[in-house]
Amino acid sequence: MSVLTHDIVTAVLVLAGAAMCLAAGVGLIRFPDVLSRLHAATKPQIFGLMAVTADVAINNLSVGTVTLVVAIVVFQALTAPMAAHLVGRAAYDTEHLHPELLIVDELRDRRAPD
Amino acid sequence: MSTPRERLAAVGNQIPPLIALIVLWMLLWGEFSWLNLLVGLSVGLIVTVAFYLVPVQLSGRLHPWHTLVFFVRLLRDIVRASVDVAWLAVKPGLTTSNAILAIELRTRSDLILTWTAVATSIVPGSIVVDIDRESSTLFLHVLNMHSARDIERFRRQVLDTERRIVRGFGSREDVERMRGVRPENRLSARRAARADRPLKKGLS
Repeated sequence: MSVLTHDIVTAVLVLAGAAMCLAAGVGLIRFPDVLSRLHAATKPQIFGLMAVTADVAINNLSVGTVTLVVAIVVFQALTAPMAAHLVGRAAYDTEHLHPELLIVDELRDRRAPD
Repeated sequence: MSTPRERLAAVGNQIPPLIALIVLWMLLWGEFSWLNLLVGLSVGLIVTVAFYLVPVQLSGRLHPWHTLVFFVRLLRDIVRASVDVAWLAVKPGLTTSNAILAIELRTRSDLILTWTAVATSIVPGSIVVDIDRESSTLFLHVLNMHSARDIERFRRQVLDTERRIVRGFGSREDVERMRGVRPENRLSARRAARADRPLKKGLS
């Protein structure tokens, strides 16, 4: 790969990662309740992390780096949903949510039959 | 007590997780060597025995092409939904309208249920709030749902994800259930009926 394309790839990946993290931060402040904030806090950064680690792997291309990057992404992908789920369920169970923001709540219907 | 054959099957079920642990050990060291393999094997054995988990019922079926399709689609969904959620966070004039949806999956396997839950929840825009294992129902909090059409589209997406997972590495029964060839076996039908009862009472 020539130096120029290398630089372009790096710039695109790192900027994409940074933009995702920034959006996550902004969403954390702007979204109105716990559950929506969770979306902002846990999700776009997975893509951000993928982009940044992919760039690291491209810049130091070796078996060791690539396997480590795979391990990092897999673990992030496995643990972030668990954390989000636990916080989300706790928030729902303790009624830290704004029902007026929900257009449907099929969980409430299922839990309280009467 | 269990017969020798059952005991053998139980040990056999532990082997794929053990191999996964060994591979993970080598991933962390970043290289393959026989010493790594040996240490990985012993650490894996200690972990499997010391932190014993309820054995996962593996399906014993793996279709490499459909598995690849599932992972590629998952990656595409993550990228696209990340951009969507990021744009939602920064765009001017924010109107939040969310939904909590109950989505009943067709599978009766814990493994596929877990995979579907994780796969839908790492795609930005949805969080698993609760799971009903008896009826394989996921309760998802979904961001940015404005109309009944949005909801239907999302429901279809989740069911499509489930189908891709089952095609990749679900059991033969689940594949047939997806195709609609085999409706439901008697056990799961009874289980579903039991799980449905409180719901029906709620609707009346």
